Amino acid sequence: MADAVFTLASIVAVLGLLLASLRFALGPGAIDRIVALDAMTIIATSLIVAFALFAGRRIYVDVGLVYGLVGFVGVVALARYLEGGL
Amino acid sequence: MMAIIGAFISLVGALFFLLSGIGLIRMPDAFNRMQAGTKATTLGSILFLIGIGLQKPDYLGRTIILVIFIVLTNPVSSNALARAAHGYRKHIGAKMVPDALAEANALAEANALAETNALAAADKMTVDVRVQDVAGKEAAHVD
Repeated sequence: MADAVFTLASIVAVLGLLLASLRFALGPGAIDRIVALDAMTIIATSLIVAFALFAGRRIYVDVGLVYGLVGFVGVVALARYLEGGL
Repeated sequence: MMAIIGAFISLVGALFFLLSGIGLIRMPDAFNRMQAGTKATTLGSILFLIGIGLQKPDYLGRTIILVIFIVLTNPVSSNALARAAHGYRKHIGAKMVPDALAEANALAEANALAETNALAAADKMTVDVRVQDVAGKEAAHVD
C-alpha cells in the first residue's frame, strides 16, 4: 500500500518535472528558461531522495543535498549574470 | 502505519510539484511563472521530503537538513531571478504599474547625477582659480 502510493507520488513528481522541462525548451526568453531550471532543480533534488528510498541506499540522500547546493549556486550565478552584476 | 501516512504526505507534495509544472506552462509572463515555479516547489519539496523521512526514519535527519536548506535558499534564488527579470521588463511585456524598484533606481540615479554635477562644478571652480593665479603670475612676470 505505502509502496504503491509512493510510486504514484514519484510518477506525479516526474510529470511536474516534464512540464517544467517543456517550459525550459519552449521559453521565449532566457529568464523563463532560468525560472524553469530553478523549478527543475528543486524537483530533481526531491526525486534523488526518492531514488534513495527506492534503491535502499542512504548515500543518495547526500547526493541530493549536494545537488541542491550546486543547483542553487548555478541559478544565482545565472541570475546575477543576466542582471549584469557578474 | 507511519509508512502509509508518509506516502500520502509525499503524494500531496508531488501534486504541488505537478501544479508548479502546470503553472510554469500556463502563466502568461516571466514574473507569474516565477510565482508558480518557486513557491509551489518550496511547499512541494517540504511535504515530499518529510513524507520520505516518515516512511524511513533513518533518513529523517538528512531530509530535515535538506528541507531547511531548500527553505532558506529558494527565496534567495527567487529574489535574484526577480531582480534579473526586472531588467528585462520591457521585453517581457508584463504590466507593472506600481514599480517600486524602478522608482528607487531612478531616484538613486538622479542623486548620483546631482552629486557628479556638484563635484564637476567644484573642480571647474578650482581650475578657474588656478588659471587666474597662473595668469596673474605671468602678467606679473611680464611686467
